[in-house]
Amino acid sequence: MSDTGIAAGHAAAPHEHHEEMDFWSKYVFSTDHKIIGFQYMFTGMFMALIGGFMAYVFRMQLAFPGESVPLFGQVTSGDYNMLITNHGTIMIFWVAMPVLIAALGNYLIPLMLGCDDMVFPRLNRLSYQIFLLSAIVLIISFIVPGGGFGGAWTAYPPLSASAEYNHTDWGSSLWVLAVALEFAAFLLGGINFLTTSMNARAEGMKMMDIPIVVWMINVAVILFMASVGPLIAGAVMLFLDQRIGTSFFLPAGGGDPVLWQHLFWFFGHPEVYVVLLPAMGVVAEVITTFSRKKLFGYKTILYTTFATGVLSFTVWAHHQFVSGIDPRMGNIFAVTTLLISIPIAEIMFCYVATLYGGSIRLTTPMLWGLSFIVEFLLGGVTGIYLGASAMDVYFHDTYFVLAHFHYTFFPIAIIGVFTAVTYWFPKMFGRMMNETLGKIHFWGTIIPFNCIFIPLFLLGMAGQHRRIYNYNNFPDLATENLQDLRVFATSAMVIMLLFQIPFIVNFFYSLFYGEKAEKNPWKANTLEWVAESPAPHGNFKELPKVYRGPYEFSHPDAKEDYWPQNVPN
Amino acid sequence: MLIGTNVDPTRHQNRQKPPIANGVVGIAIFVVTEVMFFASLISAYLVLRSGAEEWPPWGQPRLPVAATAFNTVVLLLSGLVLFKAYQQFLKPDRVSVSRKMLGLSILLGLFFVLFQGYEWIQLLQFGLTMTSSNYGGLFYLIIGTHAVHVVAALFFLLHTYSMLAPSRIPQLASTEFVVSQIFWYFVVGVWPILYFLIYLV
Repeated sequence: MSDTGIAAGHAAAPHEHHEEMDFWSKYVFSTDHKIIGFQYMFTGMFMALIGGFMAYVFRMQLAFPGESVPLFGQVTSGDYNMLITNHGTIMIFWVAMPVLIAALGNYLIPLMLGCDDMVFPRLNRLSYQIFLLSAIVLIISFIVPGGGFGGAWTAYPPLSASAEYNHTDWGSSLWVLAVALEFAAFLLGGINFLTTSMNARAEGMKMMDIPIVVWMINVAVILFMASVGPLIAGAVMLFLDQRIGTSFFLPAGGGDPVLWQHLFWFFGHPEVYVVLLPAMGVVAEVITTFSRKKLFGYKTILYTTFATGVLSFTVWAHHQFVSGIDPRMGNIFAVTTLLISIPIAEIMFCYVATLYGGSIRLTTPMLWGLSFIVEFLLGGVTGIYLGASAMDVYFHDTYFVLAHFHYTFFPIAIIGVFTAVTYWFPKMFGRMMNETLGKIHFWGTIIPFNCIFIPLFLLGMAGQHRRIYNYNNFPDLATENLQDLRVFATSAMVIMLLFQIPFIVNFFYSLFYGEKAEKNPWKANTLEWVAESPAPHGNFKELPKVYRGPYEFSHPDAKEDYWPQNVPN
Repeated sequence: MLIGTNVDPTRHQNRQKPPIANGVVGIAIFVVTEVMFFASLISAYLVLRSGAEEWPPWGQPRLPVAATAFNTVVLLLSGLVLFKAYQQFLKPDRVSVSRKMLGLSILLGLFFVLFQGYEWIQLLQFGLTMTSSNYGGLFYLIIGTHAVHVVAALFFLLHTYSMLAPSRIPQLASTEFVVSQIFWYFVVGVWPILYFLIYLV
């Protein structure tokens, strides 16, 4: 209670007060950055279960059209639209963002910067409460009359703007409301992250001593802060169209539907990098620790991150190559889209160079980290086909696009999160996770993942469009060969979902009965490993002092093969 | 205020005071977001306006250019008075003068909002509503968003005003004063752009 710093009058409160907190003030209304991080993480995981279940239902419908799906029943076309829409919305806005930015940012930033909490703890708590409210609003939208919103996660008007078209009068408005609330929540969180990183670093920690993951989360936050305004403006206008009857996006009243696409994607494309950068940062930490080697090109990685950030604001219209924008504009956006693959490739090369010559330890987090590089590479490379405007005319809205962005978002939201959770679990909960179960989970996720989405690339190349309820209505797409691919992808998906059980078992078993973790089980250098495991309220007994960069592994002057940031010599 | 809170200072004894106060960094980042928000509203306005056949549409009332020009001057004046108030605040023993000037600035801001509200009532009577056309919709959307910001910023200023009360220690308000100033300057600064684009052109 004293560390919340609510008023100057608390200044002298002794630390023993921490023990007296009851359950509610310790875990529910806490202002401790770690608890807020956990709140975000568990909410995100819960939403991931919903989003995963949705994917299961509509994949079953595609593989066995018209048949009753176990645990769900008959899928109507309305259900189908609602499921695909909310699967996308949940996985990006309620899983990737809260877990990667909010949970990891909250948990890691103060620990890695060596301070005791965020600079605005109460703002932080408010941020989570608004986020929770947004999740509740979204869940309520599934059960209101008419059902949840079914106009795809990009919510293109006029479909989304009028109940006359989408038949989900309440569902679509609650969807917009939930999205707007969520962004208000992250706005508050983002202010906190940036201010903390600027003003509350440990003594002696220079800008170039900040761990890459903290840098990348902060760059992601800057991207988010600079791009969220257009989306909130668009959301307000869409909401007014739905509820008041304005026609900002309705052509019948003089509105412009493509305007929404610009507002949405001006946010939506930087958004990809908003979630990508924290995941890449996590991978950087893991790769350098388990290669026992200094991160290759710290500054190169940093500057290319900035370059990625700047470029990410110039690519949004590649989503509109077939929306009737001027082809000359399309050419410009094709060039910027191809350009942005260069800095990302550069960061990838730095990671590979870090591995080169290192003494690699294939622990579970390292396996996840390595698979991130491989799988994300496939996602990035297929993006080049789509960025070329001429090819995109054919590929637009096919399963090729779908497979492409799942090859980017799956590594980000799933692999990135598993990398982080398995790596920081000892610090978060003070116990080690089981390695065998971790490896079973890893292989049981990675192999089926590729089996799901490689067939979808093929289906996309065969011309299969997205968001179609039943392909039997299209003779060209209803052939036996293509249907076999759909069944194969769906089977792989069910297997992948089943292989999440070892993770859940491992997570909760280790939480209570895992082997006790020491302070620094991975022998890493960054400051979070200086704190006790699990990190207590207030983080450090005394605030650490920083003497060097975060990646001094196998340094000739050091006594051991690692050299923590806080050790004087 | 949420943004005025700080980490317990006793645990930061061995840390240097940050060059820019936390609250100031926070509000500066927030203003960047706000700039993007208003920029997108303005670009939506320009896109929809350039796509319209006739602007303002036939049969819709014209906006009160002259009265709003007067109101613009009032708002700018409020910003100027606030600037002077802060200059007084920085001088020793001029807190009460600073507080009076801050109060004047708040009153001018309040006048601006109330005058806007009066104009809106007139316009609604003339038949300009949110749904009468995109002309009306955009007007109420953008000017209304600005008005909401003015009201929020006035609460910031009022908070600072209460912190400068004679019974309290004025030095504690130094961050709050800068924070509320930055937000007020943003609100004042964006208004001439809106006036130019929506009323004049």
